[in-house]
This record gives sequence, C-alpha cells and structure tokens, in this order.
Amino acid sequence: MKRKDVAVYEDILKTNVAAAAEVRRRFRERGVLVVNLMSSPGAGKTTLLERLIDRLSPPGRLAVIEGDIETERDAERIRAKGVPAWQIQTGGACHLEAKMIGRLLEELPSDLDFLFIENVGNLVCPAAFDLGESLRVVLLSVPEGDDKPKKYPKAFLTAQVLVLSKTDLVGLLPFDPERARGEALEVNPSLDVFRVSALTGEGLDDLIAYLHRARAGLAAEDGRHA
Amino acid sequence: MHEMSLIAGLFEILEEKAREHKARSVTAVRLRVGKLSGAVPELLVTAFDMYKKGTLAEEASLETLAVLVKVRCRACGLEFEVDDYVFHCPACEAADLEILSGTDLLVESIELETGDEAPA
Repeated sequence: MKRKDVAVYEDILKTNVAAAAEVRRRFRERGVLVVNLMSSPGAGKTTLLERLIDRLSPPGRLAVIEGDIETERDAERIRAKGVPAWQIQTGGACHLEAKMIGRLLEELPSDLDFLFIENVGNLVCPAAFDLGESLRVVLLSVPEGDDKPKKYPKAFLTAQVLVLSKTDLVGLLPFDPERARGEALEVNPSLDVFRVSALTGEGLDDLIAYLHRARAGLAAEDGRHA
Repeated sequence: MHEMSLIAGLFEILEEKAREHKARSVTAVRLRVGKLSGAVPELLVTAFDMYKKGTLAEEASLETLAVLVKVRCRACGLEFEVDDYVFHCPACEAADLEILSGTDLLVESIELETGDEAPA
C-alpha cells in the first residue's frame, strides 16, 4: 500500500455553485428577476408574497416556488391568488438547493417578469446555498427581536435586501427598528432596508418599486455585458 | 443542520479525486472551514463520520481548520480581520470591503491509498 497527499483546494459547494450559475443564466436570458426569500419560520414570507401578488402589475407575469419540509399549504395559498405555484417538499431538509430549482426550469412559464422562491423557514442553512437568484431578500419580523442580525450573520451578509416585517407591531413589542437596521448594516453595509407591514400596507409600494427597478437593472446589466 | 448536504458535496470531490488518482481509498481529509461559511466544524465531523460508512473513505478522518474572516478596504487598502461581524474599515470608516477569506468550505488536501503497483 502506498499513501499520498493530494492538494485539492476545491469548494465543497462547487456542484451547487455550478447549478446556481446555470439557473441564473437561464432566467436572466428570459429577463426574469428571481428573488430568494429567506427568514425564520413565521416571519411572514408567504403573507408578504400574497400582498406583493395583489399589487404587482401585470399580475399574470409572476410565479412562485415554495420550499417547505412538508405540506402543499403555502403553494395552495399562492394558487388561490391565481398565480402558478410549485411546492418543493424537502422531506426534512432544512434548505433549498439550486438543482431543485433547475429541475423546474422547463415547467415554469416562459413569459415571466418575476419568480419568487420562498425558502424553507430557517435563518441558518438556506444562507449557504445560492439558488441562482438575482436578489436575495431576508425578512426579520418584529416579534423575533431586533438582535438577530449578528446572531445569524450569514443570512444578512449574503442578502441585498432586508425587510423588517410586521411593523404594525412596533410599539407593542420591545423591538427597536433602528437597532435592527443598524445592526444589519454593520454586518452588511450595502443592504437596502424596507419597513413593511402586510396588515397596514406600510412599505409595500416602495418594495414593489424596488423590485421593478431591480428587474430593469437585469436588462441593463445584460446590455453592458453583451 | 445542513452539514449532511455539505458532506455529500465533499464526497463528490473525494470520489472524483480517487478516480483521477486511481486510488482505492481515502484515508484523511483536511477541510478549511470559514468562520462565515455557515457550517459548524464539530457538526461537519459528525456528519462525515455518519456519511463515510460503506464508502471509499470509511477509514478516513476529517480534520477541520478554522479560517478567519479577512477583508480588504476598497477605499484605503487596509487588510484586516473581522471578528465581531462589523464590516466597516477601522481606519477610514468605509464600508466597501472585499472579503478575502472566511466564507468558504475548501477541501485543502486529502490522503489517498493507491495500491501496490510500482510507479510507471
């Protein structure tokens, strides 16, 4: 028997990185803004999506992929709005991976403006997996507390947008939106921060305008690279 | 706990390298674990030990090496270590930083068992 040391220097996520790059390329080609929504369970991802669907126009040009450990419940809520939705049941896995999105590529309508991917509710594991999105949005809800960004830094570090959700509860709970915002900006100074309440509608129009700008930015980027 | 998924990715690399070097088994793995990789070294070792049973790395041990978060300020060029998740330059206060290390999970090296044949 002979033993030998081999230098490797390869990322153990390389398969996911490659799958994500392919997903990103395919959707950009079609002008679709892919948004990866991440948060802990119960921060209001599905409710935010329902409100975005109500206000995003034209409404027919969006689709949703729901990631959950079990049940079709979230996809059913989205379908009830008349929007096509695919449910990925991970059967125990705590995050989505790019290959799961890649498998749905051919099934999705080709004439989309937006594809929202609601990740499994978990502020830790999904952060490590690029899904091929162009925009990563992390939600932090008022009941969770304003001290979360540094406890779960990777989610905040890798996102472009922070949505402080359930802001109708500010004042009822000991949550300081400025502290949450400040702490998140220490972790990631380039985060764009929105205060949103799905109940009162606060911040929804600003967020929607941002999503439209981000989608327009995709085309501009492609133009530059062409 | 997504460490099991990460270890599945590690095994793809081990199988690839073993094929490439015509090795019969992998006997050691050294993995660089960034502080901001989102993975916990202890849990990676646990996941590795569960996953390896019945594989070409059944006898292997996983050694993890912690990698600190190092950044470079794009404004003034200062390189420094971030240990409290504050991504601002301590010298010039700029927030435009390039992350140099500490976010990855890199297989640094592996030890292979290649059999008895003499080298060609």
